[in-house]
Amino acid sequence: MAQNDTLINGWQPVIGLEVHVQLLTNTKLFSPSKNKFGEEANTLVDLIDMGLPGVLPVLNDGAVKQGIAFGLATNAEIAKTMVFDRKNYFYPDLPKGYQITQLHYPIVKNGSVDIDGKNIRIHQAHLEEDAGKSMHDVYDHESVVDLNRSGVPLLEIVSEPDIRSAEEAVKYLKKIHQIITYLDISDGNMSQGSMRCDANVSIMKPDDKEYGIRAEIKNINSFKFVEKAINFEIKRQIKVLESGEKIEQETRLYDSVKDETRSMRTKEFANDYRYFPCPDLVPHNIPIELIDEVKNNLSELPEEKQQRLMEAHGLNEYDASVICADKTTAKFFEEVVKSADAGLAAKWIMGDLNALLNKHDVTLSECKVEAANFSTMIEKISDGTISGKIAKEVLETIWETGEDVLKIIDGKGMQQISDEGELEKIVDKILADNKSQVDAYKSGKDKLFGFFVGQVMKITQGKANPGLVNEILKKKLS
Amino acid sequence: MSLKNIREQFRSKEISAEEQVKECFKKINENKDLNIFINEFQEDALKKAQHIDNNFDDFKALPLGGVPIAHKDIFCTEGRVTTCGSKMLEKFVPPYESTVTENCNKAGSIMIGKTNMDEFAMGSSNETSFFGPVVNPWGESLVPGGSSGGSAACVAAGITSISTGTDTGGSIRQPAALCGITGLKPTYGLVSRWGMIAFCSSMDQAGPFARDAFGCATLLDVMASYDMKDSTCAKRKEVSYEKCLEQDFGKLKIGVLKGIENLGISDDVLKAYENSKDMLIELGHSFVELDFSELSSGICSYYVIAPAECSSNLSRFDGVKFGHRAEAENINDLYLKTRSEGFGDEVQKRIMIGAYVLSAGFYDAYYRKAQRVRRMIKSKFDSFFNSVDLVFLPTTLDQAFEMNRESSDPNRMYKEDLLTIPANLAGLPAISFPNGFANELPTGAQFVGNYFSEDLILNLTNKLQEVTDWHKMTP
Repeated sequence: MAQNDTLINGWQPVIGLEVHVQLLTNTKLFSPSKNKFGEEANTLVDLIDMGLPGVLPVLNDGAVKQGIAFGLATNAEIAKTMVFDRKNYFYPDLPKGYQITQLHYPIVKNGSVDIDGKNIRIHQAHLEEDAGKSMHDVYDHESVVDLNRSGVPLLEIVSEPDIRSAEEAVKYLKKIHQIITYLDISDGNMSQGSMRCDANVSIMKPDDKEYGIRAEIKNINSFKFVEKAINFEIKRQIKVLESGEKIEQETRLYDSVKDETRSMRTKEFANDYRYFPCPDLVPHNIPIELIDEVKNNLSELPEEKQQRLMEAHGLNEYDASVICADKTTAKFFEEVVKSADAGLAAKWIMGDLNALLNKHDVTLSECKVEAANFSTMIEKISDGTISGKIAKEVLETIWETGEDVLKIIDGKGMQQISDEGELEKIVDKILADNKSQVDAYKSGKDKLFGFFVGQVMKITQGKANPGLVNEILKKKLS
Repeated sequence: MSLKNIREQFRSKEISAEEQVKECFKKINENKDLNIFINEFQEDALKKAQHIDNNFDDFKALPLGGVPIAHKDIFCTEGRVTTCGSKMLEKFVPPYESTVTENCNKAGSIMIGKTNMDEFAMGSSNETSFFGPVVNPWGESLVPGGSSGGSAACVAAGITSISTGTDTGGSIRQPAALCGITGLKPTYGLVSRWGMIAFCSSMDQAGPFARDAFGCATLLDVMASYDMKDSTCAKRKEVSYEKCLEQDFGKLKIGVLKGIENLGISDDVLKAYENSKDMLIELGHSFVELDFSELSSGICSYYVIAPAECSSNLSRFDGVKFGHRAEAENINDLYLKTRSEGFGDEVQKRIMIGAYVLSAGFYDAYYRKAQRVRRMIKSKFDSFFNSVDLVFLPTTLDQAFEMNRESSDPNRMYKEDLLTIPANLAGLPAISFPNGFANELPTGAQFVGNYFSEDLILNLTNKLQEVTDWHKMTP
């Protein structure tokens, strides 16, 4: 089973991820309160979310449909009957003293996703309610609780321990992110907590028959930290085992500031959650008609979109896969190519635009570059109004201000000089001013051609149509 | 006075709603020492009565128009303290109304107070209430039964003609039997549990107390409703139980238990039971003997499942959000002190048993096994109903007993529920009615029907009450 290229010092890391995804339903999983992020504390709270005595949960059908959609997208089994269980523990942000979740009969089981040709199995995905939020830094000597999040629907996606490296874990996580955003069942925003990840990490020797003892790293909230936390944990475990000690089964926390994991609680102090079927919710049947309904309304999945873009716009497989990596980019691309050239659009999205996003560490939906505006820019490159070099400047300006492309070009006089007569005058002047270089070129120093092009661009501030400049220079120098 | 009489007097304007309420409070004051109420609402009740009298035409046709009623203090009442018999909720004012009390309000009834009960409905004698025990109107040293002891005593003492209760393991039927009135536990799911403070969610079911089958039928008509807010609520065709009383169900096959004399039932209760059987034969019905050797394992199953669910249901009382809150240094201290101070001994005992049977390593041995026994009892009843229309049993092993028996023999108290628990485990409807008199105390017996056969068991009880007077006896 071991893949040798993932061995570290002869040790095989074995990783499984539990990903919590907040679902984009209108209301909470068991109450009529709005499911929304970023509202004033304790304003989205119903009697049910407070766990008042005598109140009862009623299941949100929307969450069920979203769970089914995830199951369909991961080729999983959808439960004929699912059962909700109570997970009992005391915590101030858990108003009922138990969380309603699914243990033995989840909505989805035995799915899988493909990452670079490797199959990662999904053990199960189950519906559960989120807890409220405890805050310890609002007041000096008091902790407070915000129950807006209490009862928000979560889909917890549990992988099999099929992952063999931190890098693979990130790829898997990105795949899950891609699926849930394509399905529109979650915004997948890790920094706001709408996608959270726990990692189970252990190490073993390649020929060991059993997995090593694992540590669970809780609540990692970015792709970058998932990689760092797992890598730290692998190194820590190797160090422990190689020094002849034993790994303890425990829950650990990742500290992103110190870049380390720390023990939170050992197995000995682990909670006994006393799970049992929730008597307030009878076993819930999922009729085949409902599954069909979800299937018929299922959003286009990444692979389908990729295939379609290749066929419709002649993209190669690599470009199509990069464009389709996240739904926002794919949607952006499709907007842009309504009027602009697809190949050029792909090149600029994957190149300069992507570089800006990375540099500023923002997402496409957060930046000021809008599809229509970007599309105009591509058109102006295509029709020769602006050069690629100028386009870079235009894009920088859009990035800063979001200003209209045509206004930028007009305002700064960025139009390309494609007037042959005008360019010829400029070329003539340059050749006259640089007689020695002309002689050298004619005597065989071909490389000097670039010098003349450079001189033209310098004088025209880069606005000269490069094709035309080449043409004129060749003619005049022959 | 029976519900039928009170309603007729109101409808004929013989007695106004206001006079009814005043009469209730006169009786409440005469019976103060019975400790029936946790809270009384004299002012509000009078106000509502006056409103009803002033708008007589709007209320005269309502099923409970102008009828005073008492509710077990387990039903949340908006803006009014709801204690569930516990210190934990001594000052708890719910911002919402239970479906049961709302239905009763809409039907024109007047709530005069909230009745005393065993703490969180855990008890069979009403002695676990934080607000002190209720006294049985039939004898000052006797318990009224539990957990709906206050509601049963209220009707028995003639304060109101009807009251509401809840029955998880017999909490309506046992006090009905001990107080000499009629009480019905409906099919699980017939009455909404919304706003009813949970003890054991899979068995808790609200039901009516009244002097007779008529009162129970009319109140059940009001209480039962399909409720979207309760996922365990049954969606079914609505029937009028009051009208069903007149229906002719023909000659019935009634199941009786083989070897019932070996269950530890007192001679007096058995004698009354045999008398009732004779009456039923006179009415033209016949008996079929049933083998129910699993009966006693019901108690074991119940005393695992009910504590398990209660340990979870009562977790919300942690001092953080509502209810009693102890002074504490840190969060664990807060949990510990709040729950030690707020819960009485019986509740704490059941929470501990419940947490134990659900804990890792014990779940299979206790909880899972108890669920298996529960399914077995359910399928046993299913097979019974292939050959009989209903089952006839005594309600209790004995008549009303002396207070403070619990301390000397706690197991005896749990055994109190032997004959009532099977209907809860299976989710079946059952009605207890007074069927005799011995030692100057009433005895009770019960019909257990098939699912949603409330019409049948009410009808048969009514037919018996047409030819007997046990339900008319008052202390």
